[in-house]
Formats: sequence, structure tokens, C-alpha cells
Amino acid sequence: MAYLSNSELDFNEMLSAIGVNNFNELIKNIPEKIRFNDSFDIPEAESEFGVSKIFGKLAEKNENYVSFLGGGVYDHYSPAIINAIISRSEFYTSYTPYQPEVSQGNLQLMYEFQSLVSELTQMDVTNASMYEAGSALAEAILLSVSYSKRKKVLISAQVNPNYKRVVETYIENTEIDLVEIPKKNGITDVDILNDLIDESVGTIVIQHPNYFGFLESMENIAKLREDKKRLLIQIYDPISLGLLKTPGEFGADIAIAEGQSLGIPQNFGGPFVGLFSTTQQLVRMIPGRLSGVTKDVNGKRGFVLTLQTREQHIRREKATSNICTNSGLMALIAGIYLATLGKTGIKEVAELCLQKAHYLAEALTGIEGVKLVSSLPYFKEFTLELPIETDILMNRARENKIFAGLKIDQNKILIAVTEKRTKEEMDNLIKLFKTVILQ
Amino acid sequence: MDIKLIFEISREGRKGHVLPKLDIKQKSINELISTTYLRNSSADLPQVPENEIMRHYVNLSVLNHNVDKSFYPLGSCTMKYNPKINEQLSALSGFTQLHPGQPEETSQGALQLMYELQQSLLEITGFSAITLQPSAGAQGELVGLLLVKKYHESKNRKRTIILVPDSAHGTNPASARLAGFTIRTIPSGLDGTVDLIKLKESLTEDVAGIMLTNPSTLGIFEHQIAEIREMMDSIDALMYMDGANMNALFGIVRPGDMGFDVIHLNLHKSFSTPHGGGGPGSGPVAVNNKLKSFLPVPIVTKTGDNYSLDYSLNETIGKVSGYFGNFALMVRAYVYIRMIGKDGFRKIAEHSIVNANYIKSGLKDTYELGFDSNTMHEFVLSAEKQKMRGAKALDIAKRLLDFGIHPPTVYFPLIVKEAMMIEPTETESKEMLDRFIEVMKEIDTDIDKNLQKILDAPHTTPVGRLDEVGAARNLDINYFLKKS
Repeated sequence: MAYLSNSELDFNEMLSAIGVNNFNELIKNIPEKIRFNDSFDIPEAESEFGVSKIFGKLAEKNENYVSFLGGGVYDHYSPAIINAIISRSEFYTSYTPYQPEVSQGNLQLMYEFQSLVSELTQMDVTNASMYEAGSALAEAILLSVSYSKRKKVLISAQVNPNYKRVVETYIENTEIDLVEIPKKNGITDVDILNDLIDESVGTIVIQHPNYFGFLESMENIAKLREDKKRLLIQIYDPISLGLLKTPGEFGADIAIAEGQSLGIPQNFGGPFVGLFSTTQQLVRMIPGRLSGVTKDVNGKRGFVLTLQTREQHIRREKATSNICTNSGLMALIAGIYLATLGKTGIKEVAELCLQKAHYLAEALTGIEGVKLVSSLPYFKEFTLELPIETDILMNRARENKIFAGLKIDQNKILIAVTEKRTKEEMDNLIKLFKTVILQ
Repeated sequence: MDIKLIFEISREGRKGHVLPKLDIKQKSINELISTTYLRNSSADLPQVPENEIMRHYVNLSVLNHNVDKSFYPLGSCTMKYNPKINEQLSALSGFTQLHPGQPEETSQGALQLMYELQQSLLEITGFSAITLQPSAGAQGELVGLLLVKKYHESKNRKRTIILVPDSAHGTNPASARLAGFTIRTIPSGLDGTVDLIKLKESLTEDVAGIMLTNPSTLGIFEHQIAEIREMMDSIDALMYMDGANMNALFGIVRPGDMGFDVIHLNLHKSFSTPHGGGGPGSGPVAVNNKLKSFLPVPIVTKTGDNYSLDYSLNETIGKVSGYFGNFALMVRAYVYIRMIGKDGFRKIAEHSIVNANYIKSGLKDTYELGFDSNTMHEFVLSAEKQKMRGAKALDIAKRLLDFGIHPPTVYFPLIVKEAMMIEPTETESKEMLDRFIEVMKEIDTDIDKNLQKILDAPHTTPVGRLDEVGAARNLDINYFLKKS
């Protein structure tokens, strides 16, 4: 069979060298009554060729249409260099850098990733990665509550519902009191937020641009922190920061994002990478790994995992988080993406998304009965109210090999436009809208 | 020579990538969005041409030890070979370009794959229901423990204690705390297995369950598992298995048959998906009927030839990941399962056990054994004798680097002094094991002949021993913060 390095002959020689007559002597302390004496009810072993056929067929059963799907996962372009780099065994077959002398490549790249994301967000520090945005947000809330020592967390109604669901699971067994801030005109209602704030509130969670695509009044919200006892967590879209004001500029204490936009394939939802940045003040409570600069015995620059006393393998139940394996290879992709697009590219890609999203939204809202659910600005994504049922539109689009967007409810749809969408693709969608709505 | 940081090779005006031209009429940004929303200055990201970026990453890559280069016997990490066909098939665009929100009718292949992977993992572990959602082992632990919590809540009782053996992985107590439990540590007995007398003493009415790794982190099979089950049953407490060591059990014994109620698996250990320099992983959680209705949603189900995402479990603990988990790793793991096939798994366990025992028998006269019991796919040596002669486990580990071998896990489990935990896996040849034994013996001999060389090791790595204390004291974790 595949992947065993020793033959049966080797195997028997080794048994003799160990000093046993047969394999069973090695496992004699496993009680007979609990042993599995059957064979697995799974298919027989395949060859590489055979398995390629099987998986080729499975892959073909999925449809890749022109996509206006978003809501946290986007069809951005991933430069060719990314795949060339992450296909190197030196990256994908290495383990967590517990022996820094033979992990300098990964450790330096972790440091670069931390720096790149910190610079993008204008935050002080960034960890080496979380799994994805949902659990990153949950961990951010746990950190914030433990820092502020206040149990009440206000979370905007306009935060991605998938992330909220993860947060609810994580805090189920804590005393955290999660209170939703309602919306007004497509964004968080700042007046109600103001009313909700009292001494018990230690955390405010806002997504900007929000799940429905619209831009929040971040400056007004940031003012409500009043004192340093109350923390602001901002969820952002990393591509948007090519143009938009940063969490650091707003004075966010913790900035969280789904890093998938940064060159990571959509992969049916994972693996992705959670971006987790904080102010200097919170660095000793940050979950996960951090790579820091140091020197070796000869004075040469090197990198090590640092502040490890926060982590579970040292602190056990007193650790700040249970995270161990993170999303290293996906962080590597995000780092390559930011380095490759660089100072001008990140602005350009953000502007392409902005321009195209507005082209599409303006054309669609020119159709009678179609309107934006908010009068406020948006970046690369927007929610439309339709004069017909969302399903009817989506089904017709699918017949034309287009994913028109994500269904929000029976007459609302969330449409995302990346730099990959061409004028022709957008015009096709516009035409389809007209046909379906005006017929 | 230091490899410069990507920021240090950046020069104003250079470009690494050209984006598509705007194919619609350009408007001024101010017309689309008010300037109050815009950032004040551009992010100072690198400006490096593609060629230089490629060289930067290639030059850094070769500084990493990796499975494809040489031996990686890190105990409890199962650093087996990552088959290349896994990588090739998981990169098919029919998988990579799927959006998790696209209609189920258009992702039938992906759902079928997940369903079949679920069924295979259930068969291999002996459980009845499973979630593929957790992104890593530690998140799997959290899910498993939340299920345990929910089970007791559904019976209207408050159970607050989780029993954890002193040999457990560090994530176990951290996860138990995150799930809202208090941890009670159970000491190991003389043979390295759970001390049943101490266990009995710990068994109060508020115990929710026990977390065990079987075989334990010492590589020893918990042979009194039936007795432990009986004790847990006496108060209706549950048994959680940390599946990190599943490689040793394939086809020999199934955790579900052993009496466990819940297990997390690490697809990035036993099921050959690569570790990626620290992730991403995948930590499915399988359960028996007691816990089935509490699993995270969605679960992939099959009706006729149709696969769908089922969100209907009304007692669910919720979600732990935005979508369905790390799908691209599920593809790799399922390719592996199909390559290994029904009769192959037992062979994996047998070869991993023989490989570990072969090293153990080669080294047991030179190094002390942590516990002198039968061990399975991994075992723990103690460098206590070597320490007395001048070289600690850490020194031996650093010296191994000079021979191109990654050291074992050191100083874990905590119950063995100067621990060195060795797990060769089934994908290493006898010659490699012989080489490891020989090098370990040579280092031992050198303690008396050339101790300083060991204490100063490593000598041949890209950098020498690094100042970890200095790194924490003069914290520099962001190039730009240092600059300002």
C-alpha cells in the first residue's frame, strides 16, 4: 500500500530487533474485548490515477459561475506568485516553529505578516493569525471583557450573522451579556447605542463596512468609548483599507478581519485566516502566537516565538486562549498578497472594487422598484430591495450561469463586486435584472 | 548573512503586480464616497518587483526544517509524509472556487465529499454522528466539551468539573476552562496510566466528564479503560478522547467501541494533511447517540442522491466557524482515506507502532525510559542521566539540529523529567530510524568527550541559539512600530 516506507521484510526484521515474535506482542496490553476484529466498511484502496478520476468527478459536480457573492467571502484575484510560493514543501510541510534555529523562514515571515497587517490597519500589534473571522471575533470579545472587567457587550445588528453565531457559542458558558444595537438606515443606530451605554458596558462591536455593505459612523461611535475602560472592536474588510480610514485612525482597541480577501481561495468556506490586531496596551493578553525580533549567540538578527507565557502549552488552564494550531499557511498567503500588491496595488484594487460596485449599483437602482436599502455610502458591496421575490431573481440568474448575490430575505439581496468582475459580466447582470423585473 | 526584511528591500516606485485596467468610466473617488471616510495616508506596504519577492520567499523557505527535507519525530504531532496527490486534487478549481453561500444545487460535489468523509471517519472511529466544522484540534476540544456541558444541562444538572490527567496536552485544560469548566488534575500511576484509586477519590457528583488521550502522551495504552468507563457511568459522567494519537489505533481498536462518548480528530496529524508551518488544521468531532442532537450546525445529510446542509438540530451548541470548517483540508483527508482504503489503516497503526518500538529498543540502554511500560506509536525518554553528566534535554535537542534531524518534543509531558517525546510515524524507513538511533548515541557519548560542543549547539543552522528572554523584554513584533 501507499506511504509505508518499510516492506513486510523490514517490518519482520524490526520485530526481531525489538525482541518480539510478532506484532501482537507489542499491543498485548490492549484488552481483547475492546479490540476491533473486523475490517472497515470503506472502499478498497485506490491508485493515484483512480483517486484522480473520483475527485475529478466530484469537482465537476460543483458549479463555478460568474459570482457576485460576498458577505465575508469574496472572489478576488490571487496573483500567480502566491501559489508558486505556498506550494513549496519548506512552507507547507513544516510545523509550528518550536525550534527557532531551523524555523527562521517561517518566523521571519510571521513577523512580516504581523507588521504588514499592523501597517494596513494602523494598529500597534497583530498576532500570527487566528482560524477565521468568526472565532477571532469571539476571542476579541473574551479579551475585551477580561480587560474591561465589564460583562456587557454591545454588538451592532449589522455585524455578519455567521460571526455572531460563533460568538454566541463561545460565550454561552460565560457571564457575558451580549446586547444587540439596532439599525437605522442600514447602519448601527448611534442614538440608541448612546442610550444603551452605561457603566456596565465594556465593549462595543461594530463592523465597518458592515455586513450589508454600508459605511458606519465610526467617528461618532468611537467617541462613545468615553474612557479607557470601554473597548471598541472593529471588524473590517482588509481590501477596503486601501482607501478607507483605518481602525487605528478611529482609535479601535481591537481590529478583526476575515483575511480571505487577501489572495486566499474561497475554498467553500475554509481554510481562511483571522486577522487580530490590538493596541500596545493589550499585547500581553492577545491570544495566539507572536514572532519577535531577537539576536542569536553571535549577535546575528533572528526571530523567536515570544510572550509565550500567555499560551496554553505553558499556562494550561490559565492561558488567555486555547488556540494552538492557527492558520499559518493562510497568513503566509495574506502576507505575500500584501507584499505583492504593495503600497500602490492595495489602493488600486480597492478603487477598482469601489468604482465597479458603484457602476453596478447605479445601473441596477435605475430599474423601477429596485433601490438601495440605505442612502449611505458603501464600498464594494451593497444590499438592494427588489420589487420581486429574491428567489425568482436568483434562480433566473443561475440559469444564466450567474450567482447574483446572497439572499438577505424574500425581497433583499446582497451584491458584492470585486476587481474581477468585468463590464460585460455586470452588464449581463443588469440585463437579467431588467428582463426578470420588467417582464 | 541576514536575510533582509521585505520592508528593507522596498524602493519607491517599484511594482510587484499589475492589476486589470478599469473597463468602465472612471469617476472621481470623492464623487463616490466622501473624503471623511478615506484614510489619511497610504499604508506603507513594500514596493518590490515580483522577481525580488520570489527570491525573498525562496531564500526564507530554505531556512525551515520540513517533513519533505528530513526526519521530524515530534511526539504527539504525527509529522507523517504529506502525499502530493492530496495537494494536487485539493487544488482543483471545482473545489477552490466554491463560495460557501452558493446554492446547494451547485455544490453537490463538495457536499458529497463532506458526507462521504463524515461516513468514513465514523466507521474508522466507531461513532454515530460527526461535525467537520472545528478548525483545529483545540477548537475540536472546545466543541467536545460544550457538548458534554449541554448533555448535563439537558438533564437539568449542574456539572462543573472536568477531570484531566497530568499527562494531558496543554490545550485540554485551556479548552475545558474556555467551555466553563473547572479542571481537576488526576495523577498518573506508576506504570504511566491513570491511577484508578486517585480517580475514584476525584469522582464527586459535580464531575461532568474526563478528558483522556489514549494512548496517552506517554504512548501507553490506557488498558483499564473499561474500569474507567464503569466509574464514569456510576455518576453518568462522559468520556472525552483527545484524538491526537489516533495514528496508533487505526483498525486495532475504535474509540467508540472503547467506551468514549466523544472524540476530536486532527486531520492534520493522522489523516496526512500538511501542517503549514502551524496551521491550518482541521478538528472534526465525532460522538455517540448521547450527544448527537447537540452537534454544531450545519451537518451534511443525504436524501436519495441529494446532499444538503442540515441546520435543523434544535438543541445545537451553535457554530464555531463562520461556515463549514476547513473544506480544503477535508478534500486532502478524504483523498488520503481513499488511497489508504479499507485494509490500509491497520497497516498504518502497525508500522507506526513498530517504528516507535524499534527506536525505543535501540535507545533504551542509553537513555532512561520515562515509564517502562509497553508503548505504541510514541514513547518518552528522559535525559535525566545525561543532565547529570552535563547535557540537558534542550542541549541534546539543539545538537540534533546539527545532524539535520528535528528534535523530539522536549519537556513534555510534564510528568517526566527532561522529557524527550519521540513519534517517528509509519512513513519513516528503517535506515532513517537507524540513523536517528546512531546520532542519539553519538551525542550521548560526546557528553563525556566534548561537552562544550553540545552546550554550544547548534553549529550548522542558519542562526545559533536565540535570546528568548531578550525578545520578550525588548518586544519588537511590528517593524513599523519600532520605526516610529
